Amino acid sequence: MTALTTSPGVPLRAGSAGIPMTRLVRVELRKLLDTRSGAWLLAGIALVTAGAVLLYLFTTDASGLTFEHLVNVTVLPQALLLPLLGIMAVTGEWTQRTGLVTHTLEPRRGRVLAAKFAATGILGVASVVLTLALAAAANVAGSAWLEGTGSWAYGLRGVGDTLLFVALSLLQGLAVGTLLMNTAAAIVAYAVLPTAFTLLFSMVDGLRDKAGWIDLSASQDPLFRHSIAGVEWLQLLATTVWWILLPLAAGVWRLLHREIT
Amino acid sequence: MIRVEQLTKRYGGTTAVDSVSFTVRPGTVTGFLGPNGAGKSTTMRMLVGLTPPTSGSSTVLGLPYARLRNPGRHVGVLLDAAAAHPGRTGREVLTLGAALMGLPRSRVEEMLHLVGLTAEEGRRRVGNYSLGVRQRLGIAHALLADPEVLILDEPANGLDPGGIHWMRGLLRRFADRGGSVLLSSHLLREIEVIADELVIIGGGRIVAQGAKEAMLAGAGTVVRSPDAGVLVAALTSAGLGHTARSDGSLLVDASIDHVGRAAAAAGAVLTELRAADGAGLEEMFLQLTAHARDEVSA
Repeated sequence: MTALTTSPGVPLRAGSAGIPMTRLVRVELRKLLDTRSGAWLLAGIALVTAGAVLLYLFTTDASGLTFEHLVNVTVLPQALLLPLLGIMAVTGEWTQRTGLVTHTLEPRRGRVLAAKFAATGILGVASVVLTLALAAAANVAGSAWLEGTGSWAYGLRGVGDTLLFVALSLLQGLAVGTLLMNTAAAIVAYAVLPTAFTLLFSMVDGLRDKAGWIDLSASQDPLFRHSIAGVEWLQLLATTVWWILLPLAAGVWRLLHREIT
Repeated sequence: MIRVEQLTKRYGGTTAVDSVSFTVRPGTVTGFLGPNGAGKSTTMRMLVGLTPPTSGSSTVLGLPYARLRNPGRHVGVLLDAAAAHPGRTGREVLTLGAALMGLPRSRVEEMLHLVGLTAEEGRRRVGNYSLGVRQRLGIAHALLADPEVLILDEPANGLDPGGIHWMRGLLRRFADRGGSVLLSSHLLREIEVIADELVIIGGGRIVAQGAKEAMLAGAGTVVRSPDAGVLVAALTSAGLGHTARSDGSLLVDASIDHVGRAAAAAGAVLTELRAADGAGLEEMFLQLTAHARDEVSA
């Protein structure tokens, strides 16, 4: 065993430089990938996405083989699974109690949370880019070998809608994870609550025409179909406030004030 | 340097920590001693900003901990060795800490070596570690940045006797270089060998604190007689204050000389007569522990 090395450290000032944000984000990114659950989740997302494209390629008729359809096929599993990554990023600190170490090394809790949002955001964007590339490759393959039309009609608008759709899903996962601080509860709340609302609003006659204002999936549907316009944007904003921003605000407040054990 | 002033934490109606104040000076090891549930961990969590205190304040190196920038560089903290992701390897846990603090990667290998973890153990996942190995990893994490202050909650838990001996040497050298160490334990024996100062807490309140030497010395005389009644009468008539100890002997608040003369004058047979040497401390601690156990079982 060696002796401890250097001398007692430098003098200390409150104003001296803290941990830079870029470093916090890099460490949070690493934490998303260095556990088996994180690595498997990402591998799972890639596999399911690739599987969905292959299945679609060989089951749909030639007229369906357009870039737009292929993107929709690949984005759905991502929008479903990426939020789990967001949930794990924030709840892992509580479920595994690593928050004791994380928040001792960076006592400014808001910065840690911001770094987690940035890290999952980076993975989200990377994942969408990969999706678009996969859909493009499938489109080329479809027109070359499967007599597909190979239409590229999609445009910037489509890419923007797709990014927004995935970003909202990811934010929803992060928000529910931040609020509940428990992996199992957050996954249940993320998967069950919006679905229950969708069922309620599609089955009860009096509620059906109000669904766009309250039901998350009803308001996101036009975005997914790239047909969103007019009042639908307001409805999307409204459900984003109920389902994402309010839980997030409550979660941030809770994080900043609670005891970390 | 650690300064704790009037720290108090209430949960609803119960007071977990009640007006706790103490100081840990550079160059010393301060033992923070108390039975389980006495408020040690809550105090330490308040000290590092994880638990907001109900009232009171604390500083580490002259600043409230939460205002330290990159605090890991100056303060090594181990609050709970079990609080690690079971899916990460030991080396990865240290790598994450070093990366966050902005330390060179070489520190990871140095610390693994320092705490006696083999390369093979470093590659294993924390979930497969024994508590002893987790404690060593936690101590390695606390020492990563070669800090000036160490705050360790029950670091000897799960360590084997050899490990405890090793840790004592490590903390001694750390303090001798000018570092401040706050070390908690629920076992008096574990801490009295290494600590320079003792802070004893029970039921959320500090019941005794001071230099270990002073607390162990001058604690009176232990005396035992088969004729307990005769001895008690002798001590009482001589005006010597005394209390019964749990092992049947008496702790007398007087020097050996006085106790011996009082016993001889009454003709009491003695089977034991010695300076207390910390027996008072031990007795007080046993009572604290018994009291805590009563509260748990009640």
